[in-house]
Amino acid sequence: MVDIRHGTGEQIGPAEVEDVELYHPHSWWTRYVFSQDAKIIAVQYASTAIAIGMVALVLSWLMRLQLGFPGAFAFIDAERYYQFITMHGMIMVIYLLTALFLGGFGNYLIPLMLGARDMVFPYANMLSYWLYLLAVLVLVASFFAPGGPTGAGWTLYPPQAVMSGTPGGNDWGIVLMLSSLILFVIGFTMGGLNYVVTVLQGRTRGMTLMRMPLTVWGIFTATVMALLAFPALFVACVMMLFDRILGTSFFMPAIVEMGEQLQHGGGSPILFQHLFWFFGHPEVYIVALPAFGIVSDLISTHARKNIFGYRMMVWAIVIIGALSFIVWAHHMYVSGMNPYFGFFFATTTLIIAVPTAIKVYNWVLTLWRGDIHLSLPMLFALAFIVTFVNGGLTGLFLGNVVVDVPLSDTMFVVAHFHMVMGVAPILVIFGAIYHWYPKITGRMLNEAMGQLHFWVTFVGAYLIFFPMHYLGLIGMPRRYYEMGETAFVPASAHTLNEFITIMALIVGAAQIVFLFNLIWSIRHGREAGGNPWRATTLEWQTPETPPRHGNWKELPVVYRWPYDYSVPGAAEDFIPQNQPGATSHAPEGAS
Amino acid sequence: MNVTLAFLAVIFAIAGWWLSRQRLFSKPWLEVGHAHDLRPHDRPPMAPAKIGLGVFLAVVAALFSLFISAYFMRMASTDWWSTPMPKILWLNTAILALGSLLLHAARATADQHRDEASRTALIAALATGLAFLAGQVFAWRELTDAGFVLADNPANSFFYMISGMHGLHILGGLIALTRVIVKTRAGPMGEKAVLSITLCATYWHFMLAVWLVLFALFSGWANDFVELCRSLLT
Repeated sequence: MVDIRHGTGEQIGPAEVEDVELYHPHSWWTRYVFSQDAKIIAVQYASTAIAIGMVALVLSWLMRLQLGFPGAFAFIDAERYYQFITMHGMIMVIYLLTALFLGGFGNYLIPLMLGARDMVFPYANMLSYWLYLLAVLVLVASFFAPGGPTGAGWTLYPPQAVMSGTPGGNDWGIVLMLSSLILFVIGFTMGGLNYVVTVLQGRTRGMTLMRMPLTVWGIFTATVMALLAFPALFVACVMMLFDRILGTSFFMPAIVEMGEQLQHGGGSPILFQHLFWFFGHPEVYIVALPAFGIVSDLISTHARKNIFGYRMMVWAIVIIGALSFIVWAHHMYVSGMNPYFGFFFATTTLIIAVPTAIKVYNWVLTLWRGDIHLSLPMLFALAFIVTFVNGGLTGLFLGNVVVDVPLSDTMFVVAHFHMVMGVAPILVIFGAIYHWYPKITGRMLNEAMGQLHFWVTFVGAYLIFFPMHYLGLIGMPRRYYEMGETAFVPASAHTLNEFITIMALIVGAAQIVFLFNLIWSIRHGREAGGNPWRATTLEWQTPETPPRHGNWKELPVVYRWPYDYSVPGAAEDFIPQNQPGATSHAPEGAS
Repeated sequence: MNVTLAFLAVIFAIAGWWLSRQRLFSKPWLEVGHAHDLRPHDRPPMAPAKIGLGVFLAVVAALFSLFISAYFMRMASTDWWSTPMPKILWLNTAILALGSLLLHAARATADQHRDEASRTALIAALATGLAFLAGQVFAWRELTDAGFVLADNPANSFFYMISGMHGLHILGGLIALTRVIVKTRAGPMGEKAVLSITLCATYWHFMLAVWLVLFALFSGWANDFVELCRSLLT
């Protein structure tokens, strides 16, 4: 039997963690604008990410309008269409998802959940946000630059990305895109150092690694991955900038354009693909791991049950993080690589399904016979599980070389990655916002608007992306501006495309309800109190809500793991992490 | 991507070693109250800045290993010929190594509270850093004068790009070093000053190591080694 250590006999003395010297802002500007407080930086990151995400949402509307009703909107010509899909993809993956999960939730939750006063390098943290903002502004500037933004597709494959036939290829578009990515990587590195070192060094007394909430595990592992993967994007961008501006031939082979031999020669477009996907595949998990972590906490809290298989969950996060670095070439099955490589990468790809499936089983087993509260965060968490399983299963199709080759570059791929790394993480983001909004603002989000938002988004997303699998299976290619007359595409496919477009417009509109709710509830939401979800983790135990600068009066001491829900014999169905005994009343500050 | 994968293997080994000491097999749900905190709370924890620098250097190492990976992959094509290395690079290497030694000395003297000696060493190190950068620019000019311009050949492009990237990192280090010099200009050097100097010295040693690898790469000495690795892999 395992040695069970209960009771209060071995309580830890008062906190002896050295208190950090906090930076104290002196004016409104340094308090709210050039702030070094991780919580303010988190809100800045999140607001910027959501704002640019709305731009990407509108872009998706425009491209869907073209696909559903080809030629009906004169201003969407082929060039614009490619610019829309490129910017939509890049913004959603990098500037929304990555920035919101790591910059937004990372900044807000890491110090609070670990019982720290702030990040360890607040100044670098501030710089991180301002570089991110600059990157976003450079990106937005490309909409107004001569020639418009780049239309190279979000993967920016050379040689087409830097040639005159591609929108922005010979103009400002691609240069601004690459510069913006370089700035983003530099900015992220500053933030990422903070998240990693805070987890390593900033934990309060008693907060061992195995007592960290899974949210922190997810964000921590994703940050480590991002720090190793983003340099590949950086290198690819720098080399492409050299090719584009200085006339080198890293990626550019010998090309005849408009009857003229370009000065490039000998370069390797495949080299770019290797670099890009060495970043690109870990990027999927950089987005997914924080989502995994957050969803574990949402499910446990709202099902009033401890997470099933905590250790397994931690190991799975770490293993997925490591494995995701050796699967990148499954994005390149059709690039003409050695079949043995394809075999290798297919194997590693399918192996990732094992730890991922463990996580899914554990979520389901956590729900099993739990006291499930169908609150908004829980609804989004449940929606995430089904969506993720769905997208993951089509991933098994695409991970196999022989199945992938005919499906490559069809709408099936679009449906797959939107399900698994578009819709699924976004659902977690929504759930997380409904969950932590009361801590950030002190007020609950409006329930009725939330329900409307949830059902339209969840059902609508399925109505958009389910039919898309079918379109892919009948061979409808992705990236095509219009299909024209083709024998293999039946008329019903066009009707389906119209339907998808209408659903996309409706789901997009539901997000406006959500945005309105976010703003409306700051003033009009119901007062939340300190711990509205009766949760155990430290961020709900702060003396004030919203937490003030420095988070705590006295640093909390952690006595237990974060999932003590429905403990038999306990006075309440949750025991906060900073409560010593099982039966004593909740500590000061929790309500 | 073999170089990058080898680098990753090293990083994963370090991460695995660290994780293996974090009691990942413990059962936190059974352990109430008693905290098996591995960080010794009786002595001051390692300075976050040191760990931060360590993580940052890992990122920089990832960056350069990716550049080197790209270098080898591009090298396989037929239009490649090696760039001759200007002699001045030997001098630059010596200067960079001298800077590394000076920073080491600055740290040692600051530790022994010989503040004046430490300050002198810091300023001398700053001078060697500037001299290194100037030397690199001379090397570039020598090459361009000899007709080896950036876009002519991929080997030239890589040389200018990677040495430029290394130079930018040195420049960043010089800015940090200048800040340390200004901050420790007056008054006795405390623990904080020693920490800052240690960080500068670590960074300098690391950038020297990176430069040595790059120099070996550009000169072609690494080729035999790489050939050996290739034959082992295939």
